[in-house]
Amino acid sequence: MPEQRALHEPFHQPARQREADRLGMIVFLASEAMLFGGLFAAAMALRLLHPVEYVAASGHLKLWLGTANTAILLTSSLMAAVAVEAARSGSPRLAGWSLGSAIILALLFLGIKGYEYLGEYREGLVPGLANAHFGTRTQQLFMNFYFVSTGLHGVHVMVGIGLLGVSALSRAAREDRAAVLIGNAALYWHLVDIIWLFLYPTLYLPGVS
Amino acid sequence: MSDAALDIDRPDEEVEDISYLRAGHSLGSWFLTTDHKRIAILYLVSITFFFLIGGVAAALIRLDLLTPAGDLMTNEGYNRAFSLHGIIMVWFFLIPSIPNTIGNFIIPLMIGARDLAFPRLNLLSWYIYIVAGFITLAVVLGGGVDTGWTFYTPLSTMYANGMVVATVVAVFISGFSTILTGINFIVTIHKLRAPGMTWSRLPLFIWSHYAVSIIFVLATPVLAITLILVAAERLFGIGVFDPALGGDPLLFQHLFWFYSHPAVYIMVLPAMGVISELITSAAHKRIFGYWFVAIASIAIAVIGFLVWGHHMFVSGQSIYASAFFSFLSIAVAVPSAIKVYNWTATLYKGDIMIDAPLLFAMGFIGLFVAGGLTGLMLAMLAIDVHVHDTYFVVAHFHYIMVGGTVTAFFGALHYWWPKITGRLYNETLARIAAVVILVGFNLTFFPQFMLGYEGMPRRYHVYPPEFQLLQVFSSAGAALLAVGYAMPTFYLLWSLRRGPRAPANPWGATGLEWTTSSPPPKHNFTQQPVVVRGPYYYPLEHPASRANA
Repeated sequence: MPEQRALHEPFHQPARQREADRLGMIVFLASEAMLFGGLFAAAMALRLLHPVEYVAASGHLKLWLGTANTAILLTSSLMAAVAVEAARSGSPRLAGWSLGSAIILALLFLGIKGYEYLGEYREGLVPGLANAHFGTRTQQLFMNFYFVSTGLHGVHVMVGIGLLGVSALSRAAREDRAAVLIGNAALYWHLVDIIWLFLYPTLYLPGVS
Repeated sequence: MSDAALDIDRPDEEVEDISYLRAGHSLGSWFLTTDHKRIAILYLVSITFFFLIGGVAAALIRLDLLTPAGDLMTNEGYNRAFSLHGIIMVWFFLIPSIPNTIGNFIIPLMIGARDLAFPRLNLLSWYIYIVAGFITLAVVLGGGVDTGWTFYTPLSTMYANGMVVATVVAVFISGFSTILTGINFIVTIHKLRAPGMTWSRLPLFIWSHYAVSIIFVLATPVLAITLILVAAERLFGIGVFDPALGGDPLLFQHLFWFYSHPAVYIMVLPAMGVISELITSAAHKRIFGYWFVAIASIAIAVIGFLVWGHHMFVSGQSIYASAFFSFLSIAVAVPSAIKVYNWTATLYKGDIMIDAPLLFAMGFIGLFVAGGLTGLMLAMLAIDVHVHDTYFVVAHFHYIMVGGTVTAFFGALHYWWPKITGRLYNETLARIAAVVILVGFNLTFFPQFMLGYEGMPRRYHVYPPEFQLLQVFSSAGAALLAVGYAMPTFYLLWSLRRGPRAPANPWGATGLEWTTSSPPPKHNFTQQPVVVRGPYYYPLEHPASRANA
């Protein structure tokens, strides 16, 4: 029984330990949600202070790249969910493949994000660099916020890739019918996804007219 | 993992009789331990060290304020001294003080668990704290910061000299330690209660630590993102607060106080939990109104999230927002008052044992009431406008943080010292220390209420000569307070070598932590405890029950 092998110090029963691991991850994600909550509060303040310029600045982002990334991240999250169900129903091979595809999609997300950053660099929209030039002060403020928020989200994507990678490589995790590690990694991955689902309309959609 | 398989069968008898202090003497057995009791000791030593450094900064401040001209330090030096005092005391002493030492040690014992839910995470939390602490020490050696502990923008992002980014990074890192502790406590309290330990049987110490863990987890990340934004603005110039770009420095204050006001409750809620234990144990009586005290902790945690705007009454916040925050700030006093009334009612007709823990607890109640009532004054818009940023505010929050939390911390340390170390300390010296601390504290901070009401602003070291008398009183009080704080260091350390061995339950108190030996065995209990009744079951009608102490 792989579950009993993994029983650690204060616990007497595997079921109780699983619940604790799950609860720990959920509480941690609540903490992460508050981290980004501060950012969204800042975005709201920027938009309330400068409603017109905020929308104009948003229009300079590449809507299609952001939209494509949204679709990619959602699909990646779906693959993570499939991996959990596969592990639970005793299909470790399917779980491994699903996790693998979730990771590939996550890497694709980062690639597109990097390409988008490159485009913004070419247009002189990266604050602090020599070639930076902005139409309005608010546009610079907006781009500051854009780089901090997408950068922080990108860090979370990388951590997520690491977690999914560890789950994919661990045979014990794939064969665990309770899907403790895969389940918690997927839970984290869904949070990264959800944060993007809020970042996307905050950053990209105001510019759609 | 190798010994995990043993746990299922639990060959308790052979391994569990050794006390946790004797289970391994190597350096590795301390620095790589996952035992919550040893990690609590690691925390105790480290926070004591930071208390000393923060205390030295405070001593410099009080010395400098002896003369109206501020002869000891330059303006810049004074700014750095009070900034370091605040930063070190808030993040490296007060916030981890009770939860990470006493809480870490006592929570699993109180609920009948073998350890916290995530023992390795607990150790990691200490290491993160230490890394943050070292960065802070580097900042101290490198010249410090002059932003105050609040890092207000645009001072911190544009104008301040000194190591702002390093300090911000240190506080940011220490936040992870706090969050991990919060997660650990919440999961432990949910999932590791002994059979029969229902929510209605939890000691109030546990309730208040549950409440504070919620704040740990939900408020600290907001500080983290705020500090990320400050560091990004200062380092890379990508700021969202920059007024030159149309950014809003007031946004910083909103985000900062959204964390930092709940942080006040982070400091005082564990102290309240301690007082509930100390009072019931000293009175040998059940707490008056268990559910009121328990729910008051949760209410303080929840309402505490909604009062941050009272720090910004004079910052240009809308008057409607201010009125709203004023109302909520007054509302948060209600659960605090409930606790004070219930502690007092618990003492009424109790079989009271006037030992050092009770003296500290009584000191806490008095000082907390003084701090709380002046807090109500500050919550009034009309008064706050006059005394904002004066010594009145300084005195108010020191009554809560130092008079409240530090007094409770010392009370807790005395109360659980026999359990933690297995030794009894000198009771007479402890009582004297409690009284010296109470007198020294009031002599230090009561004059500051008067100074503030007369108009002495905070954060200035040059002041009009008419304030000198009160400033001298305050500095004299600080010297006495230092003596009071130093005393326990000596007699507690002395008790480690020479103190008589403590019985399992020296106070005749209830609570699972007193049913195991002092100091507890490595795995806390030789048998899995089973709980059959609520906490604080003191049959007052049968004083003989104290005989088993």
